[in-house]
Amino acid sequence: MIPCDVVYYRPGTLMEAYEAYRLLQIEGKKPLYYAGGSEIITMSRAGSIRPSAIVDIKRIPECMLLSANDEGLHIGSACTLNQIKESRLFPLLGSSCGRIADHTNQCRITLGGNLCGTIIYRETSLPLLLSDARVSLFGSQGMRTVPFQSVFHGRMRLKPSEVVVQIHVPGWALKAPFFHVKHTTNEKIDYPLVSAAALWKDGNMRIAFSGLCSYPFRSSKIEAVLNDWSMPVSARVDKAAELLPEEPYSDVEGSGEYRLFVLKNMLHALLEDYTNGKI
Amino acid sequence: MVRYEGKTVITLNVNGQPHEVMVRPADLLLDVLREQLGLTGAKPGCKNGDCGACTVIIDGWPAKSCLVLAVEAEGHVILTVEGLEGKAPIQKSFVKDNAFQCGYCTSGFLMVCHALQMQHPDMPEEHVIEEWLQSNICRCTSYQEIRRAVHGMYNNKGL
Ligand code: FES
Ligand code: FES
Repeated sequence: MIPCDVVYYRPGTLMEAYEAYRLLQIEGKKPLYYAGGSEIITMSRAGSIRPSAIVDIKRIPECMLLSANDEGLHIGSACTLNQIKESRLFPLLGSSCGRIADHTNQCRITLGGNLCGTIIYRETSLPLLLSDARVSLFGSQGMRTVPFQSVFHGRMRLKPSEVVVQIHVPGWALKAPFFHVKHTTNEKIDYPLVSAAALWKDGNMRIAFSGLCSYPFRSSKIEAVLNDWSMPVSARVDKAAELLPEEPYSDVEGSGEYRLFVLKNMLHALLEDYTNGKI
Repeated sequence: MVRYEGKTVITLNVNGQPHEVMVRPADLLLDVLREQLGLTGAKPGCKNGDCGACTVIIDGWPAKSCLVLAVEAEGHVILTVEGLEGKAPIQKSFVKDNAFQCGYCTSGFLMVCHALQMQHPDMPEEHVIEEWLQSNICRCTSYQEIRRAVHGMYNNKGL
């Protein structure tokens, strides 16, 4: 039982969704776009949020698209993590999706929900930060498509009433060599202590992290150090660990110091695997 | 555009039958199945998406009914453990392998396993079975027997 009354909207088009959301905001209501709903339901039940209206985007065709063509892959924001994983169209993203929550919940949690939710890890952002992905957003000016990196800084930075419609991943990234690992403290199904995704383009490694700091990030400084083959592996790892954008995250799952320890071991293994041709 | 405010009558397709229910938009599918349709097989455990005791099958995939609003289940095909009618291979396999103790988790596990067989009619690799089963928790730790029952479902077709 959710202890608040909400008004439920189920639009069939992007314009209907946007208009409903915009009018609710003008009326001073607290609407939320709603896809898989896991986070909204659990947080509403716990009383952490009290949305007065939800706009369910799961019957909007553009938000449900999952298709690949010559340009690359197009993923609707209401596609579930399981659909993305089962499609095998973008193995790195599929691997990230397969380590978020448990399998049954992966059949509900959506790409848009994972990116736009309040839980800080947003692990699906990592492959998108690495792959020159673009994102289509629907708002006051209609549809705009922009680089994912330009609107994702730790979390999605959207304009008022804007809704995430689709993610577009270029073809090269779908076939590029990749690496993904997620370390947790105890159980396999848990929030990450350190989660890392790497993708190679033209022989250069791109890498992004979640769990390490209070937000997911990709760092060009860390990438430059890790790609510097003039330095031995251990020196690169030590230097990369000094380049985090903020103090490592510390909570009940692990201290910042422990997270750094896990990071260094993970980077060692990654660089050695790459050197030995295992990636 | 569909808009529901306050109490509304909607139709849910449950176990092959249309059912009219009166719901608030915030009502959970789990509560509506149990309290309005008397389908108490789906169990409330954590009500937080963690335990899997409330699992049903929606459009062929497992879903934790404590994380689904009744209003959004409209237009979808919902299967609860009652809809298996005691005839599903996994049900026979659970009995044969004693895959339960108190039984509180059982209906949720049955639905996950039945959905697994719907999606993978032939036995998938072991890591796939493990991945699906990891969605549910058994307080009595019948995990080995449950795993054996899944193998039995595929090997003996539950006989
Ligand atoms: S009651 Fe739904 S997952 Fe526990
Ligand atoms: S048999 Fe008791 S919780 Fe599983």
